[in-house]
Amino acid sequence: MNGAEVSLRSVSKSFAGRSVLRKVDLDIAAGQFVSIIGPSGAGKSTLLRLVAGLDAPSVGRIELRTTGHRADVRLMFQEDRLLPWRTVLGNVRLGLKGRDREARDILRAVGLQGRETEFPVALSGGQRQRVALARALIHEPDLLLLDEPFGALDAITRAAMQLLLEQLLAARPRTVLLVTHDVEEALLLSDRVLLVKDGGVARDLVFDRQRPRHRGDPALAALKEELLDGLLTAEGNLPAVA
Amino acid sequence: MVTVVADVPRESDASASRAQAVQWRSLLLPWLPPLGLLAVWQWLSATGIVSTAIVPAPLDIWNAARQLAERGELQHDILVSLRRVAIGFSIGAASGLLLGLVVGLFVVARDLLDRSLQMVRTIPHLALVPLMILWFGIGEEPRLILVAMGSLFPVYINTVGGIRNVDPRLIELGRSYGLGRAELVWSIILPAALQPILVGIRYALGVAWLTLVVGETIASRDGVGYLVQNARELLRIDIIMLAIILYAIAGWLSDLVTRLIEQRLLRWHPNYADRGAP
Repeated sequence: MNGAEVSLRSVSKSFAGRSVLRKVDLDIAAGQFVSIIGPSGAGKSTLLRLVAGLDAPSVGRIELRTTGHRADVRLMFQEDRLLPWRTVLGNVRLGLKGRDREARDILRAVGLQGRETEFPVALSGGQRQRVALARALIHEPDLLLLDEPFGALDAITRAAMQLLLEQLLAARPRTVLLVTHDVEEALLLSDRVLLVKDGGVARDLVFDRQRPRHRGDPALAALKEELLDGLLTAEGNLPAVA
Repeated sequence: MVTVVADVPRESDASASRAQAVQWRSLLLPWLPPLGLLAVWQWLSATGIVSTAIVPAPLDIWNAARQLAERGELQHDILVSLRRVAIGFSIGAASGLLLGLVVGLFVVARDLLDRSLQMVRTIPHLALVPLMILWFGIGEEPRLILVAMGSLFPVYINTVGGIRNVDPRLIELGRSYGLGRAELVWSIILPAALQPILVGIRYALGVAWLTLVVGETIASRDGVGYLVQNARELLRIDIIMLAIILYAIAGWLSDLVTRLIEQRLLRWHPNYADRGAP
């Protein structure tokens, strides 16, 4: 199986004395697509940043296991974080020597052929996120970490991006960790959904539904209700809805 | 009631020719005030409303320039002044850039140097003119040192500020994409800080000319400042005004050059894209 195995052992993280994650244990199989949902401030992004190695846990151990080589991890953020002074092609080739052909190929795969020499300022939000996706995927990462990558896009562009991501992953499977606010997105794309709240994993839902999935699928709709209920009870300060 | 918001019966190329007209307009319009001023000035002098003994007419100044040029003095003095600005400014701006990079990039260097540099910065560098003359006489050194000092700090401050204001998210991105320290500086930190650095360079150029005027007026044997000094002793108001005009042209030209460089280097920037030259 392609991709890295991820394991967290009693990982805790606190910022300035405020505990965000408490003793999280988690195992993710190679090639699994895992979504992390949860209320704002529950520690979803923190969890992702710890796995990415951008922040160190206060205590605990995080391991990535791959066969034969050091795990390559790539991140995609809610903001595209494109370098405005580099062309589309230059952004995709960030940190690479040469590899012009591959960069052009991957830009074609995300539907941006012909835009290689343009600067990011000329692109729309969805196109910029596609460049960011291409920039992550050209490294053939063992682990792809997505921090609400489609959160800032409009509904139609988001749906197109989800489809694109699914296609690209079907062609080249790898382990994916997706943080999202969108329960439907989580159910549409992943093999497993984690509900994170109060500093830990409150629900761990593994499901093996045929792909491609449809938004109207009644089984998904039922799961969506269930997860939304879990989320709403987590937001304890919300008024009860009659 | 009907309100017609737009009614375009057929597509025409009127908008294209209008765009062209706008382009011409913004090319010509900036010349109107100085040329108009010259015309009014010449008229005031010719009619005797303003005495040419106090304010020489534009044509008198033109004639003075021609005379000086025939003797080769004008070209010589302009070249000498240009050379001084070029050398002094290059030394100053390069040192400012280098110091700014070191202080901006290395915390140790910031702790070590920043406070001292800020202290030196607050000294008006023209206050050093008497000291420079005592130390170096009226040779080239004092002027070059003064121009360099004047150009150093604007570049230094803007470089440090620019580096400090680089979006930390882009630096995090670079790190997570495995960029080494040198590549991080070259690919992310420098381009991100480029705009403020160029602002500093533009400002420094202005200061360089200002410093040169003072330096040449006080102690000099050639250069545009010396031209003024000499003219004052000979009561040649026309030459003094000629020198002032020369300074204005020099300042405008150096600003133009830096703006062109800015446009080229910042062409990715939405505020600089597709803007005509000033």
